[in-house]
Amino acid sequence: MIHLKGIRKSYKTEFTSLEVLKGIDLSIEEGDFVSIMGSSGSGKSTLLNILGLLDEYDTGEYTLDGVLMKDLSQTQAALYRNQFLGFVFQSFNLLPFKSAKENVALPLYYKKIPRKIRQEKALEYLEKVGLKDWADHLPNQMSGGQQQRVAIARALISEPKVILADEPTGALDTQTSHDVMEIFKEVNKQGITIIIVTHEEDIAEMTNKVIRLKDGNMVTE
Amino acid sequence: MFDYDKWQEIFDSLKRHKLRTFATALAVWWGIFMLVILLGAGNGLRNSAERDFADDAINSLFVWSNRTSKPYKGYKAGRRIRFQNKDAQAVKTKVEGIDNMSARYFVSSAYQTEYNGKALTFRIRAVEDTYQVIEYTEMTEGRYVNSIDLKDKRKVAIIGDLAKEKLFGKDTKALGEYVRINGTKFQIVGIFTDSNKREREYIYMPLTTAQSVFDKIDRVHDMVLTVGDATPEQAKVIEKNIRTELAALNYIDPEDEQAIGIYNNIESYQEFKMIFSGFSFFIWFVGIGSIIAGVVGVSNIMLITVKDRTKEIGIRKALGATPWSIVSMIMQESIFLTAVAGYLGLIMGFTIIYGIDYLMKTYEIDDLEFFYNPEVDFASVMLALIFLIVCGTLAGLVPALQAARVNPVVAMKS
Repeated sequence: MIHLKGIRKSYKTEFTSLEVLKGIDLSIEEGDFVSIMGSSGSGKSTLLNILGLLDEYDTGEYTLDGVLMKDLSQTQAALYRNQFLGFVFQSFNLLPFKSAKENVALPLYYKKIPRKIRQEKALEYLEKVGLKDWADHLPNQMSGGQQQRVAIARALISEPKVILADEPTGALDTQTSHDVMEIFKEVNKQGITIIIVTHEEDIAEMTNKVIRLKDGNMVTE
Repeated sequence: MFDYDKWQEIFDSLKRHKLRTFATALAVWWGIFMLVILLGAGNGLRNSAERDFADDAINSLFVWSNRTSKPYKGYKAGRRIRFQNKDAQAVKTKVEGIDNMSARYFVSSAYQTEYNGKALTFRIRAVEDTYQVIEYTEMTEGRYVNSIDLKDKRKVAIIGDLAKEKLFGKDTKALGEYVRINGTKFQIVGIFTDSNKREREYIYMPLTTAQSVFDKIDRVHDMVLTVGDATPEQAKVIEKNIRTELAALNYIDPEDEQAIGIYNNIESYQEFKMIFSGFSFFIWFVGIGSIIAGVVGVSNIMLITVKDRTKEIGIRKALGATPWSIVSMIMQESIFLTAVAGYLGLIMGFTIIYGIDYLMKTYEIDDLEFFYNPEVDFASVMLALIFLIVCGTLAGLVPALQAARVNPVVAMKS
């Protein structure tokens, strides 16, 4: 599903150049449930952003579902994101002025799916994360755990091949974190590849494979 | 295609930022509204001035006499000059470039005009047959003063339609009837109308008749003449020749500008045209200024909008929004807002301008000296509105493009 070969990435400013990723080789197969661990500054978020086509890499090769992701235009990147990837963020990143249902339906809007079908599907996915009764609530009327579940429903609705989660439990307490991880497990069982960036050992333990990063290099597997 | 969701987004966003929406709309509304009002008022002023000129031939000159200011050939300064038929005749025959000319005699305003026991005071002008062309007098019934009237000193009168209404009433026939002016009977042989309301209460009669009936001498109060297609420079030469001619006949120092008064309509019209071209330039200048203020307002708001929505844009991009969809979302919002606000300003401006016009017409306030028939050219204002929308959105395009290019990760962290 995902193949990285010699991925390098550095952030350049006028005076300095900071190399964040120093040649990452990595293969993630379809249906994997992977966590990427590392201390802050290890390059794990950068790696996730590159995987999510939110950021570009300098050298190397990244193939997603057999397609080389290199020098994409913004429009192409948007298209692949919409088609292959679902995102879950630490700070949920729901649109505050839209109800849970509208938030979940948003990716389908960019897929140009008719309004009525969007609404139905949004309800369906909200039900999957156990929030059907909260469909018309605004994000600020919900708890952190509920918001993250809405975000997961939103990531799932476009039926992606891969879900990328950046510290999805970072803002949640232990119990809620575990609930959210349970949902991820469920999703994974349906064959969707899940990649989670985290710095919490107990979260990483719940995944099938742990990738550790240190100073821009992979340490062990 | 009507995209329901897009409009939903637009209305949502406008509603969420009420103050910003209101401020932008106000800037645009005000710009267009002021432009319409300015143009309308300016045109009202110009139309009123143009109406005054339209009443008389634009190429006309008026000549009258005053007291001398310089001694000449044994005559002292301060002598009162009075023109007579010989003066008018001299101007008519000796000065070149005149195509129509009439001497005028003003019958005393103390005289009353009487019909069927009713006596009223009208202004009475005694003129020659050529005067009809000079004054643009339009006959509705009967005829104007003719050359036989002048030759035979016939006691005939031509009456304005408003004067006729006052003296005879609306339904009474006046043509052929006799009126008494200061006791002398005159037959009404014509009824006329004029673009100027005041003129319609005048009475005209043959010059020679008035001179013999009311004065016993051939007094001429002033002369009116037109100079054809003469340029202002040529008119100036004609003016000078008239002075020379009249000065010689009346023993006036040729340098004595005060003794003979000449009003040159061509010159005034040229001046008027210059003033008004300057005036309309000024109006457009101010109007375009207010439109530019509107444009600056719109682009400013666009900048803030984009800044405000950076995070939202980042989220949308992560969910698969293309750069173009981001740009079009922002642009549509601002185009919609400017178009609606501008159109409202346009409608309101037009309502006020044409409301005033309507009221003035309904209540026949058409003798206002300085304001008449305000009007606005719809096409030019529409052009201004389109210009405003295009400029406003072009200015907004830059921040919108920047927003679309922003890295979603960076945007979401803000």
